[in-house]
Amino acid sequence: MSDQHGPDELGPGEHGSSDLPDKYAGHEGEIQSADEPIRNPGLPQHTWRPTDVDPKAERRAERQVAGIFGLAALCAVLFVVSYFVFDIGGSPEDDVPTIFGLGASNVALGGTLGLALLLIGIGLIQWARKLMSDHEMVEMRHPARSSDEDREATIKALNDGLEESGIARRPLVRNSLLGAVTVLLAPAVVLLRDLGPTPNQVAEEADYPGAGLEKTVWEKGMRVVRDVVGTPIRPGDMEIGDLFNAEPEIIFAVDEEGEPILEGEPLLIAKSKAAVVLIRMDPDENKPAPGRENWAIDGILCYSKICTHVGCPISLNERKTHHLLCPCHQSTFDLADAAKVVFGPAARPLPQLPLAVDSEGYLVAQSDFREPVGPSFWERDSQASTTE
Amino acid sequence: MSIDTSKVATSNSSAAIADKPNPVGAVANWADERLGLASLAKKNLRKVFPDHWSFMLGEIALWSFVVLLLSGVFLTLWYDPTMAEVHYEGSYAQLRGIEMSGAYASALHLSFDVRGGLLMRQMHHWAAMLFIASMMIHLLRVFFTGAHRKPREMNWVIGCLLLILGTLEGFTGYSLPDDLLSGTGIRAADGFMKASPVIGSYMSFFLFGGEFPGTHIIPRLYVVHILLIPGLLLALITAHMLLLVYHKHTQWAGPGRTEQNVVGFPMLPVYAAKAGGFFFIVFGVCALMGGLFTINGVWLYGPYDPSKVTAGSQPDWYMGWPDGALRIMPGLETHIFGHTISWNVMLPILVLPIVMFLVLMVLPFVEAWITGDKRDHHLLQRPRNAPTRTAFMVALMTMYGLFWAAGGNDIIAIKLHLSINQITYFMRVAVFVGPVIAFIITKRWCISLQRKDQEDLLHGYETGIIMRSPEGGYSERHLPLSPDRAYVLAAHDRDPDVIAELEAGPSGPDGNGVEPKKGIAGALEGARQRLRTAMYADNVQKPTREELEAAHHHAEHEHELQAGVEGEAADGHQFDGHHAVEDDRLRADD
Repeated sequence: MSDQHGPDELGPGEHGSSDLPDKYAGHEGEIQSADEPIRNPGLPQHTWRPTDVDPKAERRAERQVAGIFGLAALCAVLFVVSYFVFDIGGSPEDDVPTIFGLGASNVALGGTLGLALLLIGIGLIQWARKLMSDHEMVEMRHPARSSDEDREATIKALNDGLEESGIARRPLVRNSLLGAVTVLLAPAVVLLRDLGPTPNQVAEEADYPGAGLEKTVWEKGMRVVRDVVGTPIRPGDMEIGDLFNAEPEIIFAVDEEGEPILEGEPLLIAKSKAAVVLIRMDPDENKPAPGRENWAIDGILCYSKICTHVGCPISLNERKTHHLLCPCHQSTFDLADAAKVVFGPAARPLPQLPLAVDSEGYLVAQSDFREPVGPSFWERDSQASTTE
Repeated sequence: MSIDTSKVATSNSSAAIADKPNPVGAVANWADERLGLASLAKKNLRKVFPDHWSFMLGEIALWSFVVLLLSGVFLTLWYDPTMAEVHYEGSYAQLRGIEMSGAYASALHLSFDVRGGLLMRQMHHWAAMLFIASMMIHLLRVFFTGAHRKPREMNWVIGCLLLILGTLEGFTGYSLPDDLLSGTGIRAADGFMKASPVIGSYMSFFLFGGEFPGTHIIPRLYVVHILLIPGLLLALITAHMLLLVYHKHTQWAGPGRTEQNVVGFPMLPVYAAKAGGFFFIVFGVCALMGGLFTINGVWLYGPYDPSKVTAGSQPDWYMGWPDGALRIMPGLETHIFGHTISWNVMLPILVLPIVMFLVLMVLPFVEAWITGDKRDHHLLQRPRNAPTRTAFMVALMTMYGLFWAAGGNDIIAIKLHLSINQITYFMRVAVFVGPVIAFIITKRWCISLQRKDQEDLLHGYETGIIMRSPEGGYSERHLPLSPDRAYVLAAHDRDPDVIAELEAGPSGPDGNGVEPKKGIAGALEGARQRLRTAMYADNVQKPTREELEAAHHHAEHEHELQAGVEGEAADGHQFDGHHAVEDDRLRADD
């Protein structure tokens, strides 16, 4: 840094002396001039602290600071002790010791470490306040800009260097270099290409069911099963007003060898798109959208659980009004009115899954959703669903 | 008060200088011959820093970042950024046997099976909150006191970048445990990305390595969280500090403190001890909070399941304001040529934060353009002496606060038994009207404070002593301010137009014969002039010397009529003669 001058310290005797205002208040090129109402009174007199003038007070402060450091060391030792004394673990049956209802180990470790650190900090600051010199010092500022000589020298050096490089005289070399470096951006960008497949690639090539933004794992005849347990549902299982969280059967299905059909990534993706809610209402209350008159079974309707706003799973049901509220941003959908948005930031109704009953009397899907579920995206053709 | 300085203790005497070679000297010599440290250290070891409590706010941010680095390194020793599924078999009984990602399992392992692991996790989270909160308050301090003016504009920009990066760092960090809450946050982020026009779904598929949620997002966020952003933060913090040292710290105006100097205590020993000590205090506070206050108890949320959500899902508080904007935004979408444009997501979450940060970053440049001020400024301004600037920031704060409150509209509705719909409708209006009201109130408030200062300067401060005149009238006794206090009140600059008038003398400014510009430049200049007029409107100008003398002369005359009490304690007894008051000091002298 260009701070060439050492700090010019003022001895105690100089403080508050009458020449200070003139020495430090005289500004060059500063607007502060004769019209300033009040003269700069100069630095105030230094006042001595008890520890400066009373050897007893000084020794007392010394003992104080050392005592604080000693306590800090004690806390550090207690930390080590706590580390070995207290058991940890989260199970009630392990009988983990507690302090204030919290795990004893964590409280003891945090408390002792915190106190050790705090005491070191307090000791250091006490040392500075009581025992270190408290004479204010004055240092002159310098403009951030370089001096004119430095600027000239820099410009000359720069020009000399550029001249010797010939960058101005040899446009061919310069421009071909610029071109080459620009083209070098292409490898940098291309290298990131394999971060992931494009949405189209996933939709066309991915080898798991329901791949792509426009599809889910739902298909004709797939049973609607209870969330968590995976048992199929008969219309009679639901009473009017009930709301079930449900999933497609394939989430819980196993193959001949008892291995799950969906595992890992495909399972997570399936769950993230195919989760639904079932609601049973008085068939008279339901106002089905045109073309959806036969999508309900005995007043049971099935809607995507994924909010059309930014994709949170929705589940807060208002039984009386058939309103479903998203807990993330409070978009509210009227399930009796084709799940249209009645409040909040979502712009589109929840997609509806057409229901049917299979030969054993269980609820199944007539098909996949007829429109993409979840939040909007650029390629989504929403015209169809909104004009319905 | 006289002091026998012969008794002055060692604390204020100069240190003894070692004249014999010693081992320390030998090491120093060895190092200097290779590194040349002495010439660098010479300038900076005794560098002077001014003292004020508000200069500590940035320090809290700096030290909490160090705590983050230390506790973060500890966490990386156990945390496993993998989304591979595992059966949890650790100590936390409620989740035993449940399938979860390796990341979540390792977060549980850290919390329940590593001694001190929970402490470090909680310290890390608390320190992150402290980091961002102190950056924000530091930013406000800088702006309210005018420390962003020339030559420090670049450091302001760096500070804004630090705040953005800190926020992103926080988001990537609390996403890593892969619990139900943080997974919901990532899912919302996926929705935000998909709302970007044209490239949205590509961004999402590239970031997640395919369809949401995939198995790549946690390891990728981890690299961003522990390498990319911390590296940038470290570099920018270094630049921030180097510029601070180069510019020297700003200081408050006061006796002996001018634009040309910096008055305070030297780095060695005073600030080495005070700032070093303060590091331990910040560290200690983080440790106490980590030990005593549970934060982000991820074991309560359970592992991430894309078909589940908890009620009242909310991000960490510093992400709350864009979330609030998202909540109160009306549901607008445009469908055009088979494409969807999600204004309801794009505007509040992608456009608004970027605009807000851009506004923040250009503030010093816009202010300098309006004022036309090209001078360096090292003395801080009292917020009241820049009413428009103060009011503008208060308006921004109000907007931020309202958005933030909107981010908790469900909680407000539950706690206060209000309708969430009504809160939302109210907020939609309030975020626009509230800042305007806040601006007007703040500006008038500042100007009232200026008038109070003017009053004190001209007529002295109110003593609270009521005098009865021989005629029976009552009046309050005013006493002059101490010279130091009066100097502080009158140390700020006058407004430039007033200065120009004073310099031009009684004939008034002549306009210098500059021709008015035409076209866009002319329109811009016109806008600038109008903004400038509005910016300084109604400011109280500090008195000239003549005005001050006239006022004091008048006051002295008044005093003679009442009682001669100059320089005596203003506790009331000097007027009733109950006791002698020669040694008492005036309140205003303190």
